[in-house]
Amino acid sequence: MDGKPHPNKDHRFRVLEATMKRHQYQPNSLIEVLHKAQELFGYLEQDVLLHIAHSLKLPPSQVYGVATFYHFFSLTPSGRHTCVVCMGTACFVKGAASLLSTVEQIAQIQTGETTRDGCLSLSTARCLGACGSAPAVVLDGQVVGYQTSEKLGQQVTQMMGHPQCKVAT
Amino acid sequence: MDLQELQTLAKREQEILSAPCIRCCTVGGCLSANALEVKKQIEVAISTQALTPPIQVRGVGCMGLCSRGPLVRLDPSGILYDQVTAESVPELVHACQETLQSNLPKELPNNTPLSLPQPSSYQPRHHPFFTLQHPIVLENSGHIDPKEIKEYMANKGYIALYQALYDMTPSEVIDQITQSGLRGRGGGGYPTGLKWSTVAKMPPGQKYVICNGDEGDPGAFMDRSVLESDPHRVLEGMAIAAYAVGANQGYIYIRGEYPLAINHLETALRQARKQGLLGSQIFESPFDFRIDIRIGAGAFVCGEETALMASIEGKRGLPHPRPPYPAESGLWGCPTLINNVETFANIAPIIRNGAEWFAGIGTDKSKGTKVFSLAGKIQNTGLIEVPMGTSLRQIVEQMGGGVLDGSAKAVQTGGPSGGCIPVHAFDTPVDYESLTRLGSIMGSGGMIVMDQATNMVDVARFFMEFCMEESCGKCVPCRAGTVQLHQLLTKICEGKARTDDLESLNQLCEMVKDTSLCGLGKSAPNPILSTLHFFKDEYLELMHNKASDDHHSS
Ligand SMILES: Cc1cc2nc3c(=O)[nH]c(=O)nc-3n(C[C@H](O)[C@H](O)[C@H](O)COP(=O)(O)O)c2cc1C
Ligand code: SF4
Ligand code: FES
Ligand code: FES
Repeated sequence: MDGKPHPNKDHRFRVLEATMKRHQYQPNSLIEVLHKAQELFGYLEQDVLLHIAHSLKLPPSQVYGVATFYHFFSLTPSGRHTCVVCMGTACFVKGAASLLSTVEQIAQIQTGETTRDGCLSLSTARCLGACGSAPAVVLDGQVVGYQTSEKLGQQVTQMMGHPQCKVAT
Repeated sequence: MDLQELQTLAKREQEILSAPCIRCCTVGGCLSANALEVKKQIEVAISTQALTPPIQVRGVGCMGLCSRGPLVRLDPSGILYDQVTAESVPELVHACQETLQSNLPKELPNNTPLSLPQPSSYQPRHHPFFTLQHPIVLENSGHIDPKEIKEYMANKGYIALYQALYDMTPSEVIDQITQSGLRGRGGGGYPTGLKWSTVAKMPPGQKYVICNGDEGDPGAFMDRSVLESDPHRVLEGMAIAAYAVGANQGYIYIRGEYPLAINHLETALRQARKQGLLGSQIFESPFDFRIDIRIGAGAFVCGEETALMASIEGKRGLPHPRPPYPAESGLWGCPTLINNVETFANIAPIIRNGAEWFAGIGTDKSKGTKVFSLAGKIQNTGLIEVPMGTSLRQIVEQMGGGVLDGSAKAVQTGGPSGGCIPVHAFDTPVDYESLTRLGSIMGSGGMIVMDQATNMVDVARFFMEFCMEESCGKCVPCRAGTVQLHQLLTKICEGKARTDDLESLNQLCEMVKDTSLCGLGKSAPNPILSTLHFFKDEYLELMHNKASDDHHSS
């Protein structure tokens, strides 16, 4: 994200405004609005949270409280690539834990972190509902099943070797 | 829309649908196995060869055997092709053509990329995975296009709603549901009719109906599949419920992790509104009912009904003590009926076929069927719907085809609130009471098979970590207790514990169970208690090693 956009100049704020308007600025639409904001901005920046708080006439503490309560919302930007390892029961019994440690080792980060060059974010999920193809992983938004440490390791290494990532360091 | 229009539409559609057709599963697991590309290739292949007879191609919902997706079925012969790849499409279309001409099912030559020791195509009628099923909730799943309301109508869709509105009073509807013996499928098993009548008895005024589609239990995907494969059935169930209890507004609370289910629901809502089956004056009667979708944001505790309502109100999903129950004071303090997706999915068939029909299926105290998602170390992973009372052995060994390699050790049911049932108890019939007697619960229907290589203490720790992270932190026993329990289990797993730690583990479990505020905390110790009960030797083994080490080092 580049700099702090002025609310009126950034079209994303206009889309957000339209969403709030559609909900008639009802305080109870907060979660809907946060979903939209995250979709637009990729994560929930403090400015955005404050803007939402003012618009819905909610105390910023409540907006912050809700945004941090739900796992879905992220207050920090995520990397250029994302890897989400499912740690639901079906995937767990099929060795998801070793998938996770493989990625942690390759990327040298812990779950929930982003590599310093902003290339890869690693997180876990609770079950993607794709248990039939467990263990499952989401790579850049794409659910892929039947993972092995080897397969996943290769894909992650490839992501990290991407030219764009190199430039960023 | 009136009855006659509905029937005419249904009839016309039935004719269209009975023609030869290749149906492709384009939801759930199949979708992540490239099903859309397969469907596209089939369409291309068919359109380039002027076939006689012509074959239609349709995208449908889950066919059940998700682990062998993408699945494709040729109708009307019903032959199922599994693990279809874009490359095998020409062969497949050819086989379909021959099947239609000769009426003999043609198999595909080895198209199986995973090379599992099973045929790549077979008659579902003959496979135990299918023969032991009794589809009610899933009757349309894998047969109709979930994005086409007409296909739902062709399969008796919205007839039950019409019957309820025109032939029955609200209390007659509730009587039917009560007599059917239907119990909540969200986990608790509370009698549905009783819940409905409590809400109905509250004084008239604003009331709400909520469908709980949060499906937080990891390893469970029944509700996702129902919503993706046959969303109208849930809407119809909700509308009938709203009529019965006197509500005019409904909400479907659905997990944010299920974008396709959300998409199909939105489409279904739009179509139902357009046809006058939702909104004001449904079926040209005085009954009004609107449904809105609320998307969850990834908190397990929001599946708990009071937390879920807080979340719909836009707040943090913190549970509050009951009473008051939602039926008396729920959403915004109004009487609220909250049921699970699968519970609502059972309503229309009960109204259509009558309470007695439903009560004739299942066991004495658990009526009807239950959908399970069978997963873990098992041959056939997928969705099954079996009559209540089917034994675990039948499910795991016959339908599931047994464990991948090795043998089964246990089945975990009920997710983080449930327990592990050891293989020696596999003859237990699956119903609410039997599972509770074994220290587990029916839960929402997740069934995870574990093999001999699975470490049960590690499984207990896995669930405790889940509960610890998902605890909302409102009450101390759960907030602090789950952390303590997790630490103890980690200590045991690392071989650093002593036998007296088992005693503290037990005591702590009882304490958390007895003093927590909501179901999450109350049931969090269950996976520990059940593994301690059935697999104590595995705990002791971890102790014993340490004990002997102690001797050596001192
Ligand atoms: C921690 C916790 C999580 C729950 N998660 C779900 C869920 O994901 N889906 C569901 O339908 N019910 C869930 N329930 C049960 C609901 O509170 C409620 O009992 C249920 O939705 C009622 O519907 P039913 O009577 O149709 O089962 C959960 C309960 C607890 C305590
Ligand atoms: S038992 Fe746990 S989840 Fe439930 S209210 Fe207490 S802290 Fe929250
Ligand atoms: S447990 Fe991983 S997809 Fe369900
Ligand atoms: S998702 Fe395709 S068969 Fe279940």
